Amino acid sequence: MAFKRIYTKISNITKATCTLKAEGARYGELAKVNGMPAQVISVVDEDVTLQVFSGTEGVSSYSEVVFTGSPPTLKVSDLLAGRFLNGYGEPIDGGSELRGESRMIKGNAVNPIKRSSPSTLLATGIAGIDLNNTLVTGQKIPFFANPDQPYNEVLADVAMRAEADKIILGGMGLSNDDYLFFKNKFTKGGVLNKTVCFINTSENPPLERLLIPDMACTAAEYFANDQKQKVLILLTDMTLYADALAIVANKMDQIPSKDSMPGSLYSDLASIYEKSVQFAHGGSITIIAVTTLNEGDITHAIPDNTGYITEGQLFLKQDPDIGKVIIDPFRSLSRLKQNVIGKKTRSDHPQVMNALIRLYADAVNAKSKKENGFDLNEYDKRCMDFAKEYSRKLLAVDVNISIEQMLDTGWSLLKTYFKKYEVGIKEEFLEKYWNEEKTIKA
Amino acid sequence: MNLGKVTGVISNLIFIEAHGAVTQNEICLIHTENKKLMAEVIRVTGTRVSAQLFESSMTIKMGSRVDFTGKMLEVELGPGILSKKYDGLQNDLAKMSGLFIDIGQTTPPLDNDVYYGFTPLAQEGETVQAGDWLGSVKENWIDHKIMVPFKLEGTYTVESIVKKGDYLINDVVAVLSSEVGEKIEVTMVQKWPVKRAINTFKQKVRPNTILQTGLRVIDTLNPIAEGGTGYIPGPFGTGKTVLQQAIAKNSKTDVLMIVACGERANEVVEIFTEFPQLTDPVTGRTLDEKTTIICNTSNMPVAAREASVYVGMTLAEYYRAMGLKVLILADSTSRWAQALREMSNRMEELPGPDAFPVELPAVIANFYSRAGLTELNNGAWGSVTFIGTVSPAGGNFKEPVTESTSKVARCFYALSQKRADAKRYPAIDPIASYSKYLDYPEFVDNADKFIQEGWVAKVQKCKDIIRNGLEARDQISILGDDAVPLDYHIAFWKSEMIDFALIQQDSFDDVDMNTSLERQKYMFNKIMEIGEREFVFFEFEQVGTFFKQLINILKQMNYSPFDSAQFKKYAKELEMAIQKNKEGTLTE
Ligand SMILES: Nc1ncnc2c1ncn2[C@@H]1O[C@H](COP(=O)(O)OP(=O)(O)O)[C@@H](O)[C@H]1O
Ligand SMILES: [Mg+2]
Repeated sequence: MAFKRIYTKISNITKATCTLKAEGARYGELAKVNGMPAQVISVVDEDVTLQVFSGTEGVSSYSEVVFTGSPPTLKVSDLLAGRFLNGYGEPIDGGSELRGESRMIKGNAVNPIKRSSPSTLLATGIAGIDLNNTLVTGQKIPFFANPDQPYNEVLADVAMRAEADKIILGGMGLSNDDYLFFKNKFTKGGVLNKTVCFINTSENPPLERLLIPDMACTAAEYFANDQKQKVLILLTDMTLYADALAIVANKMDQIPSKDSMPGSLYSDLASIYEKSVQFAHGGSITIIAVTTLNEGDITHAIPDNTGYITEGQLFLKQDPDIGKVIIDPFRSLSRLKQNVIGKKTRSDHPQVMNALIRLYADAVNAKSKKENGFDLNEYDKRCMDFAKEYSRKLLAVDVNISIEQMLDTGWSLLKTYFKKYEVGIKEEFLEKYWNEEKTIKA
Repeated sequence: MNLGKVTGVISNLIFIEAHGAVTQNEICLIHTENKKLMAEVIRVTGTRVSAQLFESSMTIKMGSRVDFTGKMLEVELGPGILSKKYDGLQNDLAKMSGLFIDIGQTTPPLDNDVYYGFTPLAQEGETVQAGDWLGSVKENWIDHKIMVPFKLEGTYTVESIVKKGDYLINDVVAVLSSEVGEKIEVTMVQKWPVKRAINTFKQKVRPNTILQTGLRVIDTLNPIAEGGTGYIPGPFGTGKTVLQQAIAKNSKTDVLMIVACGERANEVVEIFTEFPQLTDPVTGRTLDEKTTIICNTSNMPVAAREASVYVGMTLAEYYRAMGLKVLILADSTSRWAQALREMSNRMEELPGPDAFPVELPAVIANFYSRAGLTELNNGAWGSVTFIGTVSPAGGNFKEPVTESTSKVARCFYALSQKRADAKRYPAIDPIASYSKYLDYPEFVDNADKFIQEGWVAKVQKCKDIIRNGLEARDQISILGDDAVPLDYHIAFWKSEMIDFALIQQDSFDDVDMNTSLERQKYMFNKIMEIGEREFVFFEFEQVGTFFKQLINILKQMNYSPFDSAQFKKYAKELEMAIQKNKEGTLTE
C-alpha cells in the first residue's frame, strides 16, 4: 500500500464499537484501534464505524486507528493441518507463522448448478442418527442440546467415526475444559494431523467469535475445493456466536427483532451453513454444529432460524426411562436422508424407520394416558414395553453398530411387540423380513 | 444518463450523492475496479440516494462512480425461458463461469444464437394491441406466442410479418404502425418491469375449476383452483418444501415457475437433478421442459430475494398471456419479507410489528393479486396459480407474514408440528386448513359436472367426520377408554381411517406420490362408504383392531397401481373385512 492511513481522533465509543472521521475507508476492511483488531461495519459519509473485536476497554478519543486496506484473510495451504489458531487465523499453539495464499474469508457462493446432489452416506454408528436421521456428506446439521447435555462428547464421537480427510473445529466460547477435551480426543485418536482448530474460548473476547466460522469455512473450502478432500466442520457453540452478533447489532442501535436478535440473523447464519457443499469433483464440506438451547426451547430465534437453514437437526434429550441421553426421534430430522435411505442402504430402511417411530409415538400417548391416571389397554402396554427397548437399543447415543444391525434390531422389536397389521409396513417387506429368523446381538 | 458517487456503505445499503434527477426504484450501476454492480434506488432525499445492492459490497470504494440507468428492474421475455435456471435477477446460471459466483457477474437470460421455428398468426393489415398474438414458435413442446409488446399503448396495424421459417430471437418478425404512422419493429424479445403486473387480458374472473395437484389432502379436501392462490405456513421441518415439490411434480399445468427464495441451495440442486428424469403427468415429456427455476438461495445476495419473486411472477404472467395454465411456487415468501425487514432496519425506518416494515401487508396483498384466471382478448384463457410457503418465526402463526398472507390467499394449508413429529405426512392440519373455493358456487357447479354430482357436499361431510373424530379423541383422553360410549371410539377411528388412507400420502413412494383425480374419486367414495356406515362392536378394543385392519388394507391399496391385480385383491379384502363386521363375526 502506498501510505498507511492513520487517524487519532475518535468521536464516539460504545462497548463494542467506535466511530471516527476518516477518508477512503472500505466496508469490511480490517483496522487496528489502539493496536487491537477491528473491522469497518459502516461508512456513512466521513463517519466510519468499527467493531473492535476485543471490546473497547482502554480505547480513548485519542487512540490511534490504523486502516489496513484489506478485509480479514486466512493464509491457506496444507500447512494448516494440525494447527491451532485463533479467530484472526493466528497460531495459538506456539508453532510457526502460517504461510500460504492469503484468502478473503466469507468467499463467494458456489453457483447452485455447479453443486452435486449430496448422496454419500456418512455413517456414525449411532442408530439415532444412522437409522432415523441418516447423514450424507455435504450436509449441514446441528445438535440441539441443553447446556447440561454431553453435546461436545457426542460431536467428538461423530467426528472420530465419520469418514473425513480433514476435521475442522470452530470453537466459539468453548470452555477451556472442552477445548482441552477436543485436543485430547484428536491427539489420542491419532487424527491431529488431519485437524485444523480455530479456537475462541470463554476466556477470549466474545466478538472474536464472529470470525471463527468464516475462518473455518475458508480453510474447509481450501481443502474441499483446491485439494478435493472430504472435509468435516464442527462448530460449537453457534448460540454463543449468535449472542456475539446481537451485541454488535445492539451497539449499532439496530432495531432488534425476536429475542433481541438482529433482523439479519437468518442471513448471517445461512452464509455460514450454506458453505456446506458436495462438489462434482468429489470434494465436500459437511457441517455439524451445536446450538445450545434454553430449557429445550426451540422456538427461540437462534434455534428457530437455524432450523430453517440447516438440513435437519439432532435433538439430544435425557430419557428418564432408561437413564441415558437419546436422540429424540420426534424433534430430530435429517432432510437429506431421502437421498440415501433405501437406496444406498437396505430397501426396507424407510419403512422400518417410520414404523418404529410411529409406534414410539403411540407409546408416548400411552404414557401420558397413564400419567393422567387412566387404565392402559393391552396395546398401550405393549407399546410402552417396546418403547423402553427401542430407546435402549436404538435411540441412546452410546450405540455403535452398523446400519444392517440397526434394521435387524428394528425388525426384531417389531416382531416381539406387535402384530403384522399394526406396523403399517408394505406387504413386500413384511413377506421378506417378518418371518426371517435372525439372531440379533444386542 | 445521470451520475453520482458512493458516499457510504452499510452492508448492502449504499448511500449515493446524485447529480440530477433520480427515480424511486430505478436501477443504478456502481463501478468497482472491473465490474458494475447493480443496485435499486429505495429512497431519495434531495441529492442523497439510498440504494439496495444486489451483490456483496466488499469491493466498493467510497467515491466510486454510479450510473443511474433510468430504468426499473426489468426481465427479458422471449422463447428460451423454459428449462432455464436463473438467479434472482434473471441471469442464466448455466452461462456463468467458475464454480463460484463472482461478484457482479451477469449473463444473458435468453439465447441469442438459437433459431426458433416461427409461424405467423396475425395477418398483414390486422389491427392489434398489446398482448395480441403475432406468431408462435416451439419452445420445448410448448407453443410460445410472440406477442405485441406489452408496453405499447393503443391500437396498431400489422404492416408486415415474416413468413414461416427459422429466426433468431432478435430478428425482426413483424413491423407495426401506430395510429399516427409510427413504425415499430417487433422481435421475439421484449422487456418488462417486474414490479408491474402484465395486464393485457380482457378480464379476470373468479377461479372456478380445480387445479389437480395429485395430492389427496389438497384435491379432495381443500382444492386449489386454476388461477387461485394458496399458502403453506409451517414451522421448520414440517414439510413445506416437500409439499411444494410434490405439487410441482404432479400438478396438471402447462408451465411451472419455481422460485427458490432465500432457502437451501441443496433443495434447488434436487430439482435440477430430479426434474430432467421425471415425467410430466400432462405431456409425458420430462418435467424440466416446462419448468423455469429462479433461485436466490440463502447465501446469495439478500436484496435479490425480493427481485426473485417478482421475476418469477412476471415470467408466469408472460406465459399466461399465451393462454397457458401456469403454476408458480415460491419457497419461502418469509425470506423475501425478511429481506425487506433487513433493509428497512438499515434505513432506520420506524418499524411495524416484529420490526417488519409497515407496508408489508400491502406488499404481500399486491403480489398475491397478480395471480388469476384471465380471458385474453382473443377469447383464450390463461391462468396463474400461486402457492407460497411461509416460515413463521418460532412456528407461531400469529406473526406479520402469516397474518398478512392469510388475508389474501384463498387456500390455507397449515402444517402442524404435531403431525410432522408423528410422521403423519403431509402434515397438513385437516381441521385448521381450508379452501375458500369450496364455497364458490361456480366451483361447486364445476365439481358436480366434472367430478361427481354432490361432490363438495360429500367433502364437507368428510370434514365433519374428521372433526367429530378429533372431538371424540379429546373426550376419550379426558374420560378414559372405558368411560365413553363405544360410539366415541368408532367416531375416533373413522377419522383415523380418513387420516391414514386419505390425508397421509407418501411423497417418496412411486405410486402413492401422485393420485389421479379419478383414483381419488374412487378411494374417496370407498372411504366415505365406511365413514358413513354403522358398525357393530361389543367392546372398545374391537374398534381399534377392526379399523387398524381396514387402514392397513387401504394403505396397501394406496401403494398399489390403480386397478392393478394387486389393487383389486386388496379391494376385495376390504369388502370382506367390512362384511365380517356386518355379520357380527369379528376377528379377535
Ligand atoms: N410428504 C412427506 N413424506 C415423507 N416425508 C416427508 C414429507 N414431508 C416432509 N417430510 C420429511 O420432513 C423433512 C422436512 O420437510 P421439508 O419440506 O424440507 O420441511 P420445511 O420446508 O417445512 O422445513 C423432509 O426432509 C422429509 O424427511
Ligand atoms: Mg423448506
